[in-house]
Amino acid sequence: MTVKPQARPKVSMSVIGPIAALIALIVMGALMNPNFLGPDNISNVLSRSAFIGIIAVGMTFVITAGGLDLSVGSMAAFVAGLMILVMNAALPSLGIGVPIILLGMATALVAGLIAGWLNGFLITVLGIEAFIVTLGSMGIYRSLVTWLADGGTLSLDFGLRTFYQPVFYGGILGISWPIIVFAVVVILGEIAMRSSVFGRHCAAIGSNDQVAKYSSVRVGRVRMATYVMLGLLVGVATIMYVPRLGSASSSTGVLWELEAIAAVIIGGTLLKGGFGRVWGTVIGVLILTLIGNILNLTDFVSPYLNGAIQGLIIVLAVVLQRESKPGA
Amino acid sequence: MTDPVLALSNVSRSFGPIEVLHGVSMALRPGRVHALIGENGAGKSTTMKIMAGYQPPSSGTVHVDGRETAFASLGEAEALGISLIHQEFNLAEQLTAEQNIFLGQELKRGLLLDKRAMRARTRELLDRLDCRVPADRVVSQMSNSDKQMVEIAKALLRDTRVLIMDEPTAVLTKSETAVLMRQVRALRDKGTAVLFTSHKLDEVREIADDLTIMRDGAVVFSGPAEGMDERAMATAMVGREMSDLFPAKTGRFGDMALEVRGLTVPGFAEDISFTLRRGEILGIAGLIGSGRTETFEGLCGLRPATGEVRIKGQPVTIRHPWEALDLGMCYLTEDRKTRGLLLQKGMRENLTLQALHSFARGLIDKGAEETALTRAIAEFDIRGSRAVRVGNLSGGNQQKLLFAKTMLSSPEIVIIDEPTRGIDIGTKQQMYGFIRGLADQGRAIVVISSEMQEVIGLADRVLVMRQGRIAGEVQGASLTEDAIVQLAMGVGQRAPVLETAQ
Repeated sequence: MTVKPQARPKVSMSVIGPIAALIALIVMGALMNPNFLGPDNISNVLSRSAFIGIIAVGMTFVITAGGLDLSVGSMAAFVAGLMILVMNAALPSLGIGVPIILLGMATALVAGLIAGWLNGFLITVLGIEAFIVTLGSMGIYRSLVTWLADGGTLSLDFGLRTFYQPVFYGGILGISWPIIVFAVVVILGEIAMRSSVFGRHCAAIGSNDQVAKYSSVRVGRVRMATYVMLGLLVGVATIMYVPRLGSASSSTGVLWELEAIAAVIIGGTLLKGGFGRVWGTVIGVLILTLIGNILNLTDFVSPYLNGAIQGLIIVLAVVLQRESKPGA
Repeated sequence: MTDPVLALSNVSRSFGPIEVLHGVSMALRPGRVHALIGENGAGKSTTMKIMAGYQPPSSGTVHVDGRETAFASLGEAEALGISLIHQEFNLAEQLTAEQNIFLGQELKRGLLLDKRAMRARTRELLDRLDCRVPADRVVSQMSNSDKQMVEIAKALLRDTRVLIMDEPTAVLTKSETAVLMRQVRALRDKGTAVLFTSHKLDEVREIADDLTIMRDGAVVFSGPAEGMDERAMATAMVGREMSDLFPAKTGRFGDMALEVRGLTVPGFAEDISFTLRRGEILGIAGLIGSGRTETFEGLCGLRPATGEVRIKGQPVTIRHPWEALDLGMCYLTEDRKTRGLLLQKGMRENLTLQALHSFARGLIDKGAEETALTRAIAEFDIRGSRAVRVGNLSGGNQQKLLFAKTMLSSPEIVIIDEPTRGIDIGTKQQMYGFIRGLADQGRAIVVISSEMQEVIGLADRVLVMRQGRIAGEVQGASLTEDAIVQLAMGVGQRAPVLETAQ
């Protein structure tokens, strides 16, 4: 083979694309509204991103390993409802204080873990398609939370809510807790995806599970772990979410699953699995949140068109990231 | 001689900065079978793709019926009667034979499909090919040879004047190959120009009228096949004299490594018993479909199996592949593209996938991975850029990488299924050297192979399987092609096998 002088390595569109889009949005926002880059708005955008973002990090692993989870939005609503019920029920015996908050958090984490494990069990052990399983559990959790709330709203006891609120509104050094937790989840997630055996195995299973199996990778266990991890992260997101409004209803978390999946895909993770990056997902979440934020701060376009613009961005992101197929 | 129907004239082709074809010229004539041979990576596949309009040449010209032609699309080449049958079949797995054959040119009656006519025509085409598969059988449930016949039927339907086949016999048994050869001759006699590639030089000698030999992206011989024997072809392909293909057998064995008694893999193999010593290469012969692969997949926990297994004298239970690996036993798949390697990933990720834990203390040490890759590239002579996706490596280099990957977890017992399928003779020789080297280091080796010469040349002892059972064992002076074929086909004496397997 004759090798001509090496061409300059090109930075791929899939890396630049999401970053460029994010920068463009920020510039656009800053030009349209002077408050856009103010600390209040930045903090607001990041806190709002945190719920979907924490879930989307888990979703990145699920999708990278060739799976999918449509149930996370309903799951979050159900976990929130359950958490509120448990805390209200424990109020007479525990009173308002740190223990009851810890009980609520533990409830959320355990419920998320079990819910994720159930999805994983049906998918990896019984071998049912992830799409079908999570479509089913999506309906089940949604209907369970509606039933628990008897068609209305489950509200946290008022005193309890006031006590719990700092978990959403408080923070350290002016950075709110949701942002801190989001950042920690992202950093751990990025390291795990990039440099852990688990992350590498996820990518291997997603690109070809037969190869993984023949390479002695514990395919079922890794897949299961991705769903359990996602369930756990739904629990974490819920812990941050409940103090914000102090309630849960049948409309809590609606379409979160699609926002999380969209963020993952905008970030450059392959929907069919085999390659994922957590930092990309973060950018995806920020892009989605910023679109809503900019529409709210300006009045060129109706905020009602938020969904349309998000949809456009998702399609555009995927089109731009398509790599030309290498020859031979 | 007739005028060529399809010809390449001084064709070159580059991928990015790398030129892989240098000034290739060759001509296909109606009513002649043309064989294209060369080592892996010599440029055969690219040449064929250019002929069939899958890729344009970077320079040089393609002539159809003497006229210079630039195919704007695949359909254009097809419309001119040129069909390429890929090594990896190009069939929709979930459609039936009939639906595949008529894909894109379905017969219609009014607005609806004329299924009856298509069914009848499919039957007729398949009958012509001696293929008994029902027209409504879904492709995913067909054997490789049936898939091949469906591909050919598809080409026949399209009034193909030039039929190009990329290693059509690589996955076929001897009898299936014979059927294919008969069809190729029939097509030739009707005036079709046939081009095919093969690594089986005896086949080439048997059927080719014309011959083109490529080496390193250039044509080194092109002309009538007459007078070229297998040795001459091999020498031209490799560019040097081929010395002994197989390394010497030492005959020095160590302790018992593996004892298997009454292994049964439901639906595939029954009551398999054998033993294997360190330093020994045990060959497994038998027809495709005789349960060879499934037996050893069962042994290694890749599919459900029952039976008694002892490793170094200790009884063991293996239900998962990682349990086999922990016990020092590893199965190296015959199917490197769909089970062996992650084609979308680079060499590094592939190399360390199986032994990944040994590269991680908490986090993966990428530097150590790179060092391991450098060592593997040197040790197994893997050629190709480290940056390229594994799917873009040639078959021989993929096989070497798969081999290196398996050896990275240092198994004591290595089961290698079809070690040289679809790779060229130079690389074959290297693989045989590696395998014998492993045995000489005291590892116990099983080699499953459909190539008679390979089993005989490489193995110290050969078990022949037939219909899911061990039909016999041959070794020493009785290790001949004849003996193996008789056992594999179920004719002749049943050799006293199980007595030796104590």
